[in-house]
Amino acid sequence: MKRLQWLVPTLYIVFLMLPIYWLVSMSFKHTNEILGGFTLWPREFTLENYRVIFTDPTWYGGYINSIIYVVMNTVLSVAVALPAAYAFSRYRFLGDKHLFFWLLTNRMAPPAVFALPFFQLYSAVGLFDTHIAVALAHCLFNIPLAVWILEGFMSGVPKELDETAYVDGYGFWRFFIRIFLPTIAAGIGVAAFFCFMFSWVELLLAKTLTSVWAKPIAATMTRTASTSGYELGLLAAAGTLTIIPGAVVIWFVRNYIARGFALGRV
Amino acid sequence: MSTKVENQKGWLFVLPVVLLVAFNAVIPLMTVVNYSVQETFGNNEFFFEGVTWFEQVLHSERFHQALGRQLLFTGIILLIEVPLGVAIALAMPRKGIWVSVCLVLMAMPLLIPWNVVGAMWNIFALPDIGLLGRMLNNMGIDYNFTRGPIAAWATLVAMDVWHWTSLVVLLAYAGLSAIPDAYYQAARIDGASAWAVFRHIQLPKMKRVLTIAILLRFMDSFMIYTEPFVLTGGGPGNSTTLLSIDLVKLALGQFDLGPAAAMSLIYFLIVLLISWLFYTLMTRDEAT
Repeated sequence: MKRLQWLVPTLYIVFLMLPIYWLVSMSFKHTNEILGGFTLWPREFTLENYRVIFTDPTWYGGYINSIIYVVMNTVLSVAVALPAAYAFSRYRFLGDKHLFFWLLTNRMAPPAVFALPFFQLYSAVGLFDTHIAVALAHCLFNIPLAVWILEGFMSGVPKELDETAYVDGYGFWRFFIRIFLPTIAAGIGVAAFFCFMFSWVELLLAKTLTSVWAKPIAATMTRTASTSGYELGLLAAAGTLTIIPGAVVIWFVRNYIARGFALGRV
Repeated sequence: MSTKVENQKGWLFVLPVVLLVAFNAVIPLMTVVNYSVQETFGNNEFFFEGVTWFEQVLHSERFHQALGRQLLFTGIILLIEVPLGVAIALAMPRKGIWVSVCLVLMAMPLLIPWNVVGAMWNIFALPDIGLLGRMLNNMGIDYNFTRGPIAAWATLVAMDVWHWTSLVVLLAYAGLSAIPDAYYQAARIDGASAWAVFRHIQLPKMKRVLTIAILLRFMDSFMIYTEPFVLTGGGPGNSTTLLSIDLVKLALGQFDLGPAAAMSLIYFLIVLLISWLFYTLMTRDEAT
């Protein structure tokens, strides 16, 4: 049984790759070929779909917009979540447990509920159609998640580490930045990964809060369905390109995730 | 966790988080509450209606059906994704280059924007030009997810399993790799069976990450909107109209702000209540 164990992940990965293969292969086909009949791989291999995306500013601008607000959100979420998670894992203070649960409840608010009020709120403060608006809005669900993940990692670090550092004459912030943060580097990697992921894939709020200047790529894609008929080839090429930034980020955090909660051993 | 020190300075540490989240949560939530008790005929004129909308939503057949479909969907995908995710994590290699390859490939579906996931599965499952639809029909199965409710449900569940099982795998794997080798060595010396190792070493060590995985999967599947909207649009008929699709239809399609706001709050409270139940049940042992 041990010898056949590799089959399980392999079959699972094949299952994962099938729809992705279909998308990628479609992106190299002309729309006529897609609609004309069924072909397992492109008969006439074409880069035309990608050429359109890389030369049309409304297309490639969407990628730049998405990346800007996602990076802003990830940095912001992790930066404010770090001290908060430390407080939750080390201190007892008035209402700490209720506060923690309240934070989590925001992770449970369906974006469909908030779409309209968000539009009104961000219009009122003059941030509508900016990258900051989307980055701030995504904090709603990313900060609670980051706090939760980081708190888990920090609770795995023994308190003796803090106490030893104070005895050695470290001030709080010097200890926090020079000793504590490197100790939980894996946790920061995992938290940043999840923030990036949920901000990158979320569309309902991002679409509601933008119209032209900060429009995300995924919203640009819905345009192809309406204005120029149903250009499946172009849609597939744009979809394929949305997979790439994610793949790059996973590559960077893969060792953090693999090492995972190994800190518990300390 | 009794080693925590009493320190009110903790509030200073959490203040930025509280401010940012409150800005995004409290103000919009109050807007929704405001709408939910008023009637408007346009022109920014509002009339106080009390709990009329809440009664209307709670008694409507349409809401009950959407809620029923939502519970069924969440139940099915939790029953499939959690055991499957744990099984895959257990079977994954522990060391070497294959770990990275597996993790990177498995995480791919998680990082695809949700409407792309819907569009991708749409063209993958189309009976005439999609790989899956074509394969099934060639095998003699009459499959068309745009016409048959059962086919639509099967496609929806398959899409969600495809999309999210990896999250459970990643979290379970992180929990597993935190188990020191010494535990396994001790188990080997004692001659423990694979099941005993799983039941007494791996499962307890994965408890915390599995709590996170189950809660996340529950919440996200309960709030799912974009993927089913792009894949089936709630159809055929109303067969795949889940709660948030119904909500958006009500709020933006018919512009019934009052009932939509009331439904939003009821919806939010349901997610809150079930999450709280899960959370208390699963962390109960830790407190003692």
